[in-house]
Amino acid sequence: MESSGSLRPIVIPGEAVGGPGLKPGPGTYIEGGQVFAAQLGIRNEHDGLVSVIPLNGRYIPQRGDAVIGEVVDLGPSHWLVDINSPYPAPLHATESPWRVEFGDTSRYLKVGDVIMGHVLSVDEIKRVQLTMQEREARRLNGGIVMEISPTKVPRVIGKQGSMISLLTELTGCHIYVGQNGRIWLDGEDRDTAVAASAIRLIEERAQSYGLTEAVRELIERERRSTTGPRPA
Amino acid sequence: MEDIEHIEKQMKLIRADGRRLDGRKPDELRPVRIEAGVLRRADGSAYIEWGGNKVLAAVYGPREAHPRHLQDPARALVQCRYNMAPFSVSDRKRPGPDRRSVEISKVISEAFSAVVFKEQFPRTSVDIFIEVLQADAGTRCAGLTAASVALADAGVPMRDLVASCASGKIDGVVCVDLNKEEDNFGDADCPMAIVPRTGEIVLLQMDGHLTFDEFQKAMEMSIDATHRLYELQRDALRRRYSTTLEDILRESPPVPPPPMPESELPPPPEDDFGPEGI
Repeated sequence: MESSGSLRPIVIPGEAVGGPGLKPGPGTYIEGGQVFAAQLGIRNEHDGLVSVIPLNGRYIPQRGDAVIGEVVDLGPSHWLVDINSPYPAPLHATESPWRVEFGDTSRYLKVGDVIMGHVLSVDEIKRVQLTMQEREARRLNGGIVMEISPTKVPRVIGKQGSMISLLTELTGCHIYVGQNGRIWLDGEDRDTAVAASAIRLIEERAQSYGLTEAVRELIERERRSTTGPRPA
Repeated sequence: MEDIEHIEKQMKLIRADGRRLDGRKPDELRPVRIEAGVLRRADGSAYIEWGGNKVLAAVYGPREAHPRHLQDPARALVQCRYNMAPFSVSDRKRPGPDRRSVEISKVISEAFSAVVFKEQFPRTSVDIFIEVLQADAGTRCAGLTAASVALADAGVPMRDLVASCASGKIDGVVCVDLNKEEDNFGDADCPMAIVPRTGEIVLLQMDGHLTFDEFQKAMEMSIDATHRLYELQRDALRRRYSTTLEDILRESPPVPPPPMPESELPPPPEDDFGPEGI
């Protein structure tokens, strides 16, 4: 995989990333007309907006994000969900897809259950609320959940979901990717194992070019070596 | 009776040729090696070897601040714990925080408070852990320099890296980066940390006495040294992401051990018992 080894240059906090006239985007700050990187990452310029795509960092919830969370606590009318962020995320009973009687939350979700939901709102002091009213929101039964760095999520999804559809197509797994870096995989054991190692590869080499080809190669090689010919 | 009053107490720290006991020039740093991303479980980490100092730094966060009453609704907390391992010094150090390490933790967390964009993460804390594995004077500077790399490695938004270096006076000569002997028997030690891009000073302490002119000289030397360290920090971060782990290990081999003096003992007897297990 020599061709996929070339890398995008990285910027370091404090490094100048753009002269006057450019607007500071995410991961940057402006001082005296100059734009500087605020995070370790890859410089990106688009329509006069400079941003730094971070290589590492925690998930900070944003309104509308699809997230995969684990129920960690119950209240009489809400669940507390761990969404892998610095902020606790309550899911109110009225935001669930069920009609929940007061005090009857444990009939629907218990501690340890995993859900796919969306961030309903985030206010200025970062109080988060979740919702499960969206179409794809559900309790996740079976399958496995893996965690990757939240900054690598866009690479796992790919442009217009190209990477994720490649993974789904080649492994035959059901895959849900949460913006919070949690990925739910469901399928046959060997298929999920192949998908998981492909995702690990994406995470590891997120900043290299030709990632899609590398992933395709890996999946095809793994399938040949570990699964052999499929039973008829 | 011996006249103990007139025994020379002063240890000679500058050689006749103007160099220091370890052969350095007054403005020369000890060898420094920085490695970023050495710990798997922490969000960000770094390891520094600076002369005889060996320091690990780990960063977690931003994460939920505990206890809850410490949370600040407007910004993140920057908390730091500087700790010396019991085996880091020649006399065993009693484990646990003491007056000195609490002070160092405080000044380091304040230094980082000045560069981290705290407003982006209200109600959270960024936790920095500095573990001194081996100490040889200048551990707070080494710890700060490593922690700054760990902070960038964790992806915490910050204005710039922080670089730190001490300078001091030994035998009346202002020198940069004192080692253990120079620190113990010298006249003054003055650690400082700067934000290299702007030249802001985020940590400045002094132990001993310096005249104003000496202080200015010391500060100039420290600032010059921190710029050299800044390059090493940036290089460590670049190496972390521009190569695979194998490449990192290949590119910067551990400092080679000094050649062992020829043993004066007779060579070990030839083993005539045959291979083990027979």
